[in-house]
Amino acid sequence: MKKYYLGIDLGSTTSKSVIINEKDEIVGRGITNTRANYKIAADIAREEAIYDARFTLLEEKIGESQGKRPELKKYMEDLKNVFKYGQFKRRMDSLEKMLIQTVENFSHPNKADILEKLKIIIEKIRPQIHHEFIYEMLGTKNQFFRDIVSEKYNGEVSNIGSEFYEPLILAFDKSITPTENEMVSYNFKELVIESIKILDEKYQGLADTQGNNNKEDWYYAELNTTKDNYETLAYTLRQHIEAIADEEIPIANMVGTGYGRALLPFPEDCIKSEILCHAFGAHAVFPNTRTVLDIGGQDTKAIQVDSYGLVTSFHMNDRCAAGCGRYLGYIADEFGLSLNELGPEALSATRETTICSTCTVFAGSEVKELLNNGEERPNILAGLHKAIVQRAMSLIARSGGVKNEFTFTGGVARNQAILKYVKDMVANTYGNLTMNIHTDSIFMGALGAAMFARRNIQVNLPKAQKSEVREPVE
Amino acid sequence: MKSEVKKENSMILQKEMIEGLFNDLANAKANGRKVCYTFVPGNLSELIRTFDMLPVYPEINALQNAMRKKSAAYIKEAEKHAHSEDVCTYVKCDVGMLLKGNIGPTGQKLPEPDVLLLSYTGCFTFMKWFETLKREYPDTTVIMLHTPYQENGKMTPEMTQYMVKQFHEEVIPKMEAVSGIKFDEEKLKKHLELSKESEDWITKIFDTTKHRPSPIDAYFAGVYYIGPINIGFRGTQEAVDYYKALYAEIQERIQLGLGPVTPEGEMSEEKYRLVVEGPPNWTSFREFWKIFYDMGAVIVASSYTKVGGVYDLGWRHNPEKPLESLAEYCMNCYTNLNLPQRVDLLSKCIAEYGADGYVTNSIKSCNSFSAGQLAMMREIEDKLEVPVGFIESDLVDPRYFSYSNIKNRLESYFQMLAQRKMMKELANQPSNT
Repeated sequence: MKKYYLGIDLGSTTSKSVIINEKDEIVGRGITNTRANYKIAADIAREEAIYDARFTLLEEKIGESQGKRPELKKYMEDLKNVFKYGQFKRRMDSLEKMLIQTVENFSHPNKADILEKLKIIIEKIRPQIHHEFIYEMLGTKNQFFRDIVSEKYNGEVSNIGSEFYEPLILAFDKSITPTENEMVSYNFKELVIESIKILDEKYQGLADTQGNNNKEDWYYAELNTTKDNYETLAYTLRQHIEAIADEEIPIANMVGTGYGRALLPFPEDCIKSEILCHAFGAHAVFPNTRTVLDIGGQDTKAIQVDSYGLVTSFHMNDRCAAGCGRYLGYIADEFGLSLNELGPEALSATRETTICSTCTVFAGSEVKELLNNGEERPNILAGLHKAIVQRAMSLIARSGGVKNEFTFTGGVARNQAILKYVKDMVANTYGNLTMNIHTDSIFMGALGAAMFARRNIQVNLPKAQKSEVREPVE
Repeated sequence: MKSEVKKENSMILQKEMIEGLFNDLANAKANGRKVCYTFVPGNLSELIRTFDMLPVYPEINALQNAMRKKSAAYIKEAEKHAHSEDVCTYVKCDVGMLLKGNIGPTGQKLPEPDVLLLSYTGCFTFMKWFETLKREYPDTTVIMLHTPYQENGKMTPEMTQYMVKQFHEEVIPKMEAVSGIKFDEEKLKKHLELSKESEDWITKIFDTTKHRPSPIDAYFAGVYYIGPINIGFRGTQEAVDYYKALYAEIQERIQLGLGPVTPEGEMSEEKYRLVVEGPPNWTSFREFWKIFYDMGAVIVASSYTKVGGVYDLGWRHNPEKPLESLAEYCMNCYTNLNLPQRVDLLSKCIAEYGADGYVTNSIKSCNSFSAGQLAMMREIEDKLEVPVGFIESDLVDPRYFSYSNIKNRLESYFQMLAQRKMMKELANQPSNT
């Protein structure tokens, strides 16, 4: 029987999990925010990774019978996206109930009016979200339930009228955390079948031919060309779902890492430092990596690794989170923007304003001052992004500088402006060297943990008393 | 069981010595004894004793107050009197204590200084510290002995002569004037003879960490061992007796194959041997130590235990050349060595004591120690390929000790060491196993 290994990275803002097979290949990824509860966050991330692993198995099965076709990849991507909508919808149903219940418990004299407005909001955002998931692939964008729903909800609240603002925001704040803290179970098979139906509707009326040289159009056209192309895929899928849905994903061992690692009910040798895990994960993806920069929610780590992926030295920021993800979150709140909007706006700057403050709170006051002085928002944002990277660079310098190859990991690596400054500053300071940034950068810690899990299990094998270590790659 | 009794013996001896000193200090004015405030690095214990004065060490008072959880209030008091947040917290703790009545760590009032003797200026904060004290005690005599920094990595005859000249022209005449006692070179020589003997013993004691398991912890326990030699007992028979007793106890531990004693009993398994650079944190000393012994980490050498004198490389006080010897002693303090000398010394410790790793505890408010620490660490890492760790805390300001931050870093560091040890072991194994 196949064996799988799970790594859970309980970060301060996001919890990630990765399932790997016996060849260290990622078969499943799961991510959720950690705002609510570490235990629930770990469970949700793990469940997500298991669903994702089932999709990987499904893809393998279909690949076996249908061959590797680009439209197949597109179909599976669409399917996963719609599946995510199914998951989202169940949690959304739960939130709607919770919101109504919360308002019903209010003692406001105009409770009935608030309730009515609340229902109007719900009716408005429901189709918006449906549309964004099905037609704009929201499910592939790695956004969290809270972020998606709060953006829409807050938008509608501001349209409704100021006398309802306070109670409606209060209702949301009171309802969102318990909803996030609730474990929602899904039936994988049911949800996939439901997703196939939604996809069938979506594909009806798709173009048969490619238009405007659009790659996306081409896939859809290809899917639809023979008219029954996607139906064949759906049919093949249905055939395999039964087996995959019931197939056990046996987790032979798991390792936890990240800030909340001590809270995981794992034995001591299954809890590993995030420094080791990030380095090991980054090294697995890019075997020539010698320097890893990880900017996470609460801290920045500059890590030096050897040819085995083992850490030789590291440095972390101390006493202050300026320069980490939380700092970006704080800045986003200051400007009333979502986290995703920060990077693109910073990239549109015409110049970078100098931000001196190394302190999150003081940076906030500096920002206000600059705005008062008429400074453009993108320029301020560019300055803030630059300041973050400058701090990371000084940490790297302390740890021994950048050695070839350099890998950037952690959630902040998803911010394009940060990425730009990292690339510029590393190149300016350390010259022309290979820089690796992976789409899975946020999962590197969880991947490293999963890889440790695969090796740890061998400690208990009768003939090998010591953990196996990775063979040198060069 | 016998060893338990003996262990207590050296501790009792030290306790009696220190209590005796504080009692003498409390009664100094009544007994007509003169009091000399001075610092541990470059302390001229033998000379102070030659003039029959009693020594007070402000930085020792500060660290003892920190261990007794009194430093926070003193620092607050000093800050209330406009002492800046970022300066050496030893200074603020001392100033705060002074402002609150100068009650020493043992609860007894400390006498006012008759002399402020600054014999080591490698730390320029010390100069400002005594300047501050001079404002509080305007009638005190200030003696400034300028100690040249070992910038070129060696003590030259000219440097020694420069200092001896200061002894003749500045230090000795002023001490004679304050104490009313004529300088007696023979008396000084006798003290120096005993100093030499203590220095031999303490070198042998810190050398016992060559054993596996190491019978002592040369940092956390080491700070207790350096007590007598650093705070005024160097040059006395009491110190020699203390070190003899301590050495005998350690020998017994070695014979029994025992590891170091921790506040929670004997360390059962020695997993990692480390060399530590930088002073410890005093406000959370036990917690800090616990992180190490819980993980089976024993410190086989530390730079901090050399702040009162570097004896490892063979330097000893020499009764035949008393003043030259005092001069050399001042110049030979750990923090008066230049960076390459410090790197050499630490590298020697890593090699000789078989350390698996090197950890720097960087002190936020101590520029004297912190400057160059990162560069030294990098050099040691490159030269010896030894895993290095870096943590930050403070001397006596409890606001700057973050238990979770330090624990997180050290945990990562120990896991990293474990990996490296495993790799080494595997590399040494025959390939077919």
